[in-house]
Amino acid sequence: MQELFLVSKSPFSPRIFVHIHQLAKPRPHRYNTASTFRNIALFKRDKFDPFMATIRQSLPAPATPSPPNFNGVRRIAGTLALLLVIALLWEGGKAFGRANDYALNIGGVTLDLSIFNDEQLPHLGAIAAAFSEPAGRNAPPLYEFLARQAAFTLWEAVRGFAIGALIGFALALLFTYSALLQRGCLPFVVASQTVPILAIAPMVVIWMSRADAKAWAVPVIAAFLTFFPVVIYTLRGLTSVAPTAVELMDTYAASRAQVLFKLRLPNALPHIFTALKLSATASVVGAIIGELPSGSQSGLGIAVLDFARYYNQSPPRLWATIVVAGMLGIAFFGAVALAERIIVRWKSETSE
Amino acid sequence: MTAIISIQHLNKTYRSKDGASVHALDDINLDIARGEFVSLIGPSGCGKSTLLRIIADLIQPSGGAITVNGKPAKKARTDRDYGFVFQAPTLYDWRTVLKNVELPLEIMKHHKAEREARARAMLQLVELSEFADKYPWQLSGGMQQRVSIARALAFQPGILLMDEPFGALDEMTRERMNNELLRIWSSLPDMTVIFVTHSISEAVYLSDRVVVMSPRPGRIAEIIDIDMPRPRGTETRDLDAFFHYSSHLRHSLREGIAQHE
Repeated sequence: MQELFLVSKSPFSPRIFVHIHQLAKPRPHRYNTASTFRNIALFKRDKFDPFMATIRQSLPAPATPSPPNFNGVRRIAGTLALLLVIALLWEGGKAFGRANDYALNIGGVTLDLSIFNDEQLPHLGAIAAAFSEPAGRNAPPLYEFLARQAAFTLWEAVRGFAIGALIGFALALLFTYSALLQRGCLPFVVASQTVPILAIAPMVVIWMSRADAKAWAVPVIAAFLTFFPVVIYTLRGLTSVAPTAVELMDTYAASRAQVLFKLRLPNALPHIFTALKLSATASVVGAIIGELPSGSQSGLGIAVLDFARYYNQSPPRLWATIVVAGMLGIAFFGAVALAERIIVRWKSETSE
Repeated sequence: MTAIISIQHLNKTYRSKDGASVHALDDINLDIARGEFVSLIGPSGCGKSTLLRIIADLIQPSGGAITVNGKPAKKARTDRDYGFVFQAPTLYDWRTVLKNVELPLEIMKHHKAEREARARAMLQLVELSEFADKYPWQLSGGMQQRVSIARALAFQPGILLMDEPFGALDEMTRERMNNELLRIWSSLPDMTVIFVTHSISEAVYLSDRVVVMSPRPGRIAEIIDIDMPRPRGTETRDLDAFFHYSSHLRHSLREGIAQHE
């Protein structure tokens, strides 16, 4: 996902493009099955290039791929450049629309440019300014209001994320050890994601209210979105173990639990983190959507509903809410990515 | 000398993916003495790896009897009587070199201090002490394989089973690894090694005995005693006996293949 995101920048700067290619290169330290093949490839390379192999072996220390690391700086510069381009397109479009009076006549066909007017696409400056204006009559400034709603939604999202991750992990474990369960249940797990969440959300709200656990209605709805990637990726991580790696455990007469904890789980960790990063953003989306039918008083979803209702009076407020929702998802994603960096330490420093 | 591994009338047939029945091993009889260095050599498809895996109890034979250390192969495996070295190093990427060597000791529930001391001693044995804290991807192929040998020896098994461990290395590295292996073997009294290879010079250089196998079905074509003085070194490869055994082995292998063409 990360790579896709980066590739999308490529049209804007050839330098970023080169950088992306470096990032997207197969990394020298993949763990799972690929590692075995890599090792064999390494052997083959040694075989075909004995001279280099000898030199490599006689080196006092192995050459680690650690070029001077400007990746962080470059990445931030790239992101800023992308934001700048979007801002330029945004304001450029608005200026173009206004100059043509929001209608462009091309050979008799009139092109409607009203999408660029201030109601439908407010100035970026207006959106920024809205943050410091009151959120409503006698209300605190919008940034304060949105921060409070975001905190509320984040707490729902975090609980949903946790529930989803736990359920997803438990299902993946079951499926790893029972082929029957996997064959029987996995199709339903996949099918569950084809059901629109907006259809399920009201039912969950009703059930949870009846069970006297209304505060858990939105987290459960969010969990419905987050458990899925965890099941799929964890299952893959637990099962994509090199056959010889399992045989090695057999030669030690290792128990099933030992194979799980010393081989399958560590092998699955990078996969699990990929899933958790997807789940983090999905849990924010799930929480916001879950709030819509929940009858809740707070949350970003409720703010979206309110500001959409009064959109004609102040378009920038809805846009500001969208910006905050986006930032919330990115922040959650970033937190999980940070945890991954700390826990999955065996990767090289050039890795993502 | 007592037989540490005894194989009688061993047979193995298995079903291939397309349903055909493959006769992999046919009536194998072999006794291996304690402390012996025995190589299994033969063309691909002769069942040498299968035979090694049956000794290791990773594969079950279809018929015949096999005892390892005087017990059934399964018992020998659960008693951790042997260490196994695969063709690929099979190191766990999330563990440092030291932790990889500690792996079997962790599984056998040794204490932490003892684990580390033993693993460090093993790394010293394969001369990789300064790489203890590196991750596998930071090492060359030859180094990785030395780590996997250290790991196989960490719990001091009496038997070392090696499945073409240097098969993917270049000639120079392989010769150095052969010397390393002989040095390690001679420093561990009574260590029995069964070594699968497809290299004639490697088999002659290392072994006390070479078991020549022929394919379809896998059979023992000939067992050759290698009577060359130890310790062996670079000069061993220049001995007349070395050339004699090598060419004998080459002829024996060629006959084995020719019979089936």
